[in-house]
Amino acid sequence: MTRKQNGPRTANRSGRRRETLAAYGFISPWLIGFVVFTAGPMIASLVLSFTDYDGIGHTHGVGLDNYRQLFQDPNVANSLLNTLVFTVLRVPLSMAAALALAMLLLRAGRASGFFRTVFYLPVMTPPVAVGILFLLLFNGNQGLINHVLGMVGIPGPSWTTDSAWVKPGLVLTSLWSVGSTVIIYLAALRNVPQELYEAAELDGVGPWNRFRHVTLPQISGALFFTLIVNTIASLQTFTEAYTAFFGSTNSQTYSSDAALFYVVYLFQEAFQYMHMGYASALAWLLFLVILAITAVQAKLSKRFVYYEGDPR
Amino acid sequence: MIRDDRAHDAPGGGGRRGAARVRGRRRPPGRRRGAQGPVRRTLRIVALTAVSVVFVYPFLWLISASFKPSADVFDNALIPHTWQLGNYAEIWTAVPLLSWIWNSVTVTLAAAVTVTISSALVAFGFAYFRFPGRNLLFGLVVGTMMLPAAVTMVPQYLIWNQLHLASSQVPLWAPNLFGSAFYIFLLRQFFLGLPREVFEAARVDGAGYWRLFWRIAAPLCRPALVVTFMFEVQASWTDLVRPLIYLRDPALFTVPRGLKAVLDQFGDGGEMRWEIVAAASVVVTLPMIIAFFVCQRQFTQGIATTGSKG
Repeated sequence: MTRKQNGPRTANRSGRRRETLAAYGFISPWLIGFVVFTAGPMIASLVLSFTDYDGIGHTHGVGLDNYRQLFQDPNVANSLLNTLVFTVLRVPLSMAAALALAMLLLRAGRASGFFRTVFYLPVMTPPVAVGILFLLLFNGNQGLINHVLGMVGIPGPSWTTDSAWVKPGLVLTSLWSVGSTVIIYLAALRNVPQELYEAAELDGVGPWNRFRHVTLPQISGALFFTLIVNTIASLQTFTEAYTAFFGSTNSQTYSSDAALFYVVYLFQEAFQYMHMGYASALAWLLFLVILAITAVQAKLSKRFVYYEGDPR
Repeated sequence: MIRDDRAHDAPGGGGRRGAARVRGRRRPPGRRRGAQGPVRRTLRIVALTAVSVVFVYPFLWLISASFKPSADVFDNALIPHTWQLGNYAEIWTAVPLLSWIWNSVTVTLAAAVTVTISSALVAFGFAYFRFPGRNLLFGLVVGTMMLPAAVTMVPQYLIWNQLHLASSQVPLWAPNLFGSAFYIFLLRQFFLGLPREVFEAARVDGAGYWRLFWRIAAPLCRPALVVTFMFEVQASWTDLVRPLIYLRDPALFTVPRGLKAVLDQFGDGGEMRWEIVAAASVVVTLPMIIAFFVCQRQFTQGIATTGSKG
């Protein structure tokens, strides 16, 4: 903004103005998109959340009714709880699994590339297909999972129909897609300076403490990144649950209460029941929940995340 | 998990004796980090192979099921006892699979091309120029990455409805004309990594800003552009939410939306035809897997970059 250049003052100023104009030219696609597809809709959504808009044209202001209803709607409480339980189970499990796999891969030598590819394959699988695989493999009577459990003498539960087991089953299914987290951790682990391990080892630090006091702090940036991203993604879980338990025909409705994730419910309210005003209020509640959880995580992370040198 | 560190644990436990505190001393050869015994290496490969089976088996199961007769789908035999090749023919005639694939290809290409170009333009704008409001605006870019899609879902639908495009494929790709926060963030990192002298030299030679972008910045950041393109191909090819909202006419379905319709038709109600659902799933999944095998380097490097620069 205030770069000093040689030359006459006026030329300098007009050059700067031209630069500013050009800059806004380059970012104009995003500026327009932000106004039309983000900021505008956010305001519209906020306004709609105080109405009973049905998507066709009937609109009445209803004040805070939608927000009052949020607190009485059993589906809100249920879907929010489902989503939180799923997130609390999934995020730490997937991070731990990904870290374990990344550490296995780290010293696997030439084979590392092959296994990395294998672990990433499920990430390429469309979530709809993942939802279908869940239905097939976790099928209570005949599915592969229970078949394997049976071989070691464990009677498997009815994963897809028993409401107590639907979420654990979906969590296990989601672990299949830890591939991208594995790759992030692998990159972070490769950046840990070897001297730190050597010094720690010379100091007589055992393997567990080396992991705790060298590895974890050194990759804490990547851990924090994946924590935030995975949490936000988990709170918005939709496709796998919707594929498996909801749709045009529902023979599985008896278990769908346990699979009613928040965004699934929001989607139903907005586009199946056309309660667009109420759905907007639902969306804002989700936004607040995500903001609150992310803020807490960011605050806690200040204590744990270690950045070398500059605070990026 | 501590397997990794155990691999180079000093023999004799803590190794607390001797001049342990002398820093910078070379360790005896053979004890260097990474030089592990063949036993540990083998154990590591065995563990990785075991995990890999878990990762690959569902694909094999699905492919196998897609060739089985209805009664055998759950028999858990990897090689079908009876090969029923007709499942693929049946799915082909039961649903307009070919148009779904074509729809997905066109929508995906439109989405990926537009988002790559627009995001690159915007990213260059933020990376190269210093202009009033830059930090505030870039803060907004980063902020929108946190915004759940659900908040803007309903009003965006209403916008397309107003434009009489709510039942078309346009809403599936047209928003990408305006860039996407995540890719802008990613590409900006790459543009910032280019040495500024290159641009200054071109400026002295009389190059305009467009030329800087198109002739210098974009070619130098080609790998990042490829990563962006492929990320969006994956995201667009696999997306179900937008097709569920916008596509009513089965002729316009993309493959994930079509696959959901196949599941509703064949995986539900009285006569479940899981082998048909499996065949459709294979058709939907294979193109992405093949694409991944072709360009896996870019994918994994892109993801690694995402995490380390977050």
